Amino acid sequence: MNIVVRPHGLTWVAGHDHDHDRVATTLSGFWLFMMSDLIIFGLMFATYVTMLTPESFAGGPTPKELFELPGAAMETAALLTSTFTFGMASLAIKYDRRLSKVMLWLLVTLALGVVFLALEAREFTYMLAEGAVPQRSGFLSAFFGLVPLHGAHVTAGVIWLVMMLIQLNRTGLTGPASSRIARLALFWHFLDLIWVGIFSVVYLGGIA
Amino acid sequence: MSHGFWSLVFGRVDVESLDFLKAFFHPGLNDIILSGAAWVVIFGAAVAAALLTRFRLWGPMWSKWLISVDHKRIGVMYIVLALIMLVRGALEGVVMRAQQSDGLHGGFLSADHFAQLFSTHGTIMIFFMAMPFLTGLINIVVPLQIGARDVSFPMLNSLSLGLTVSGAMLVMISLVIGDFSTGGWSAYPPYTEPNFQPGVGPDYWIWAVTLAGLGSTLTGINFVVTIFRERAPGMSFLRMPIFTWNALCTSLLLVFAMPPLTVAALMLAADRYLGFHFFTNALGGNMMNYANLFWQFGHPEVYILVLPSFGIYGEVISTYSGKRLYGYVTLVIATMAIGFLSFGVWLHHFFTMGQDADVNAIFGIATMVIGIPTGVKVYDWMATMFRGRIRFSVPMVYALAFMVLFVLGGLTGILLANPPVDFQVHNTLFLVAHFHNMLIPGTLFGLFAGYTYWFPKVFGFRLNDRWGYIAAFNWIVGFVLSFMPLYVVGLMGMTRRAVSYTNPAFEPWLHVAGVGAIFITAALVSMCVQLYVSIRDRELTRDIGGDPWDARTLEWATPSPVPAYNFPVIPHIHALDAFAVAKGAGLGYQEPVSYSDIHLPGDTYIGVITAVFGTALGVGLVWYMWWLAWLAFAVIAVSLIARAVLGDRHPVTIPAAEIKRKYRAWLEVVRATAPVTRALEWDYRNHGVAAAEYTKEAAE
Repeated sequence: MNIVVRPHGLTWVAGHDHDHDRVATTLSGFWLFMMSDLIIFGLMFATYVTMLTPESFAGGPTPKELFELPGAAMETAALLTSTFTFGMASLAIKYDRRLSKVMLWLLVTLALGVVFLALEAREFTYMLAEGAVPQRSGFLSAFFGLVPLHGAHVTAGVIWLVMMLIQLNRTGLTGPASSRIARLALFWHFLDLIWVGIFSVVYLGGIA
Repeated sequence: MSHGFWSLVFGRVDVESLDFLKAFFHPGLNDIILSGAAWVVIFGAAVAAALLTRFRLWGPMWSKWLISVDHKRIGVMYIVLALIMLVRGALEGVVMRAQQSDGLHGGFLSADHFAQLFSTHGTIMIFFMAMPFLTGLINIVVPLQIGARDVSFPMLNSLSLGLTVSGAMLVMISLVIGDFSTGGWSAYPPYTEPNFQPGVGPDYWIWAVTLAGLGSTLTGINFVVTIFRERAPGMSFLRMPIFTWNALCTSLLLVFAMPPLTVAALMLAADRYLGFHFFTNALGGNMMNYANLFWQFGHPEVYILVLPSFGIYGEVISTYSGKRLYGYVTLVIATMAIGFLSFGVWLHHFFTMGQDADVNAIFGIATMVIGIPTGVKVYDWMATMFRGRIRFSVPMVYALAFMVLFVLGGLTGILLANPPVDFQVHNTLFLVAHFHNMLIPGTLFGLFAGYTYWFPKVFGFRLNDRWGYIAAFNWIVGFVLSFMPLYVVGLMGMTRRAVSYTNPAFEPWLHVAGVGAIFITAALVSMCVQLYVSIRDRELTRDIGGDPWDARTLEWATPSPVPAYNFPVIPHIHALDAFAVAKGAGLGYQEPVSYSDIHLPGDTYIGVITAVFGTALGVGLVWYMWWLAWLAFAVIAVSLIARAVLGDRHPVTIPAAEIKRKYRAWLEVVRATAPVTRALEWDYRNHGVAAAEYTKEAAE
């Protein structure tokens, strides 16, 4: 006779202290953090769009007067290329696994990130010198709430990249290092995505 | 000392801003109360420090608690914070009730002082009482209910606590130095802009809420990941205890609903500190953006507050009815439906602020729709009790009071969801009565029920039931007397946040409400006495077996107090209410076949560093002490980077042999302990081993 023994409720099974996938757990935490961050950007975008009215320009400069395509296009080019070079670094980790190659691509990414920040800083300085300061109007407040917030994120990403390069130099391509690069990659591509939004809504939308 | 140097070091602090001296400058009842409160904070801190020194507890407090990453200890610290803040918040409520009882043509408080009272009362009760309390319970219970060793990110957990504490510290410091905002807990601009409130008040609010909000976001992330990834093998989603489901929904709401608050508060900060025009009257600011942002946080927030309590009621009602939860799946669906709908109704907080009638109608209907899943829950709880062997324990008393009072409050909510009705009663005490009616029976009673229910699990002895009943009685009577009259005066047209009034018809009702405040004070005292008596008699109420209520979920399958590693080996789950099923089959206390080493995360200084320097950061920003703000920010940033670089330097490994020895010893004690029936639940003979009475049918 076949007796099916059904376990009752719970069983204490030894050795199953499932030391499960830490990398995946950390990555899911990071995804959630970015979802939360995305809400912040979404609300900044929403605020910006509500401030595109004559009342919020308050007699100050309008997007049409302020924004120029060449500057924004150069920033876009720098950031989009950096996302490509980061992708090359990720591929190098996955297939090639040569430390020098990974570090080289990350260095290029870092350089492009710095170029982006420099271009953005130049644009802001120019705007401020023209009197387009955030204190001038609700619209400019919203602009300086949204775009520099992205810039601050890129700055954080750049600092993280520097830390990453130091870590790679010291420890090589260990498990923790590549897991951290995976999260940084996610962050970097996320910022790229936000920038596509900024470029479309703020610059293209402003000039159109 | 030159003025320039003074302001460089101390920013805008001056003698006038020291609240504890105000009574000496302007002796009068108003300022005596103001300074008295400041002295209470100062003496309270001094007495606490003296006691810690006297009993040589600084060392243990540091090494066992402050630097610990154990989710149970972090949870307890959250709840201690919540209880301290509860005392302050409730007493502020009592002072406001006293003022309004006396408020016909005057009263004893100045309008400005009264405005600070309702602003701190709201801010504290939401952010520094209810939120830490529920976060504490989630911390303690969820990893145990899902059979995990700890949360997914223990260091982050400590960091979240540090951020919450620093926010609470700022609100406490505002009692001693400077004023708090007079703009209410929602801090609507343009009134909170510098041209109306140039002082430090709104700045205290901004930084307290921002720091605590950041902590809550991180807590949310931590628990979503914990519940998704740390569940014991076999615990599918539909085998998760109902409290864990509610905690999951709450955590998701924290992840997605806290950012709007952070955004709103930081935009307000940009207006105040840098002269931006997000919400100003002039130069194109738009305060409606603030209203939208704030309530996109604010409405999900009320579900953040109430869902954990719904979960607690589910556990409590099922346990004390000796039955499994009726309609478990419908409860799960209802919970997630409430979480989802909570994002689509924020506009009902400002029906009167100028939208189209159609927009109001849509949001009004959406609001009423939330009543449906909530109604499902109430019916499920009632059906759980139906034909159960109900024990009227303290948590059950809270649960029953909740069901009656909450339905009443829900009905007034349906009234308010109707825009034409809302136009009549918005901004009156009717609304104040409504949300206290939701939050006191809904959230607070649930938290008290959870506190009583899980206390033995954490500390290894039960709370005194006699004083528990007295406290519950006082809370319930106090609530009814304090807030039911407010519905009446609200309908009569008394506006909220009014320091005084001229209509004598309000007065008798407000006297009744004042009597209610006396009962609430008595409730607070009873809870203190209960804690004292329980600690004094702890040897008589020891929870040796770890299962004092014949409960059903996994946290009761392990010793009380729970060891740092929670379970000797990770359990495999084969059913909903796994522990009840196992007990029904006579297999409640099995010995694992073998054991293995357990690895636990090491202690961390990050929580303490965040609490101390987060507070310093807030103080620096509020008082324009820029050096302090920069220093504190740098310390926190460097510590976090250092931690990222160095990793966990002191992980702990507990050898299998030690776990085996301890667990076997515990099993021996359990076998030697006489099981008690439910009739003896509150008797001194209950040592936490339950006789098989109600669990049989669960095994079938």
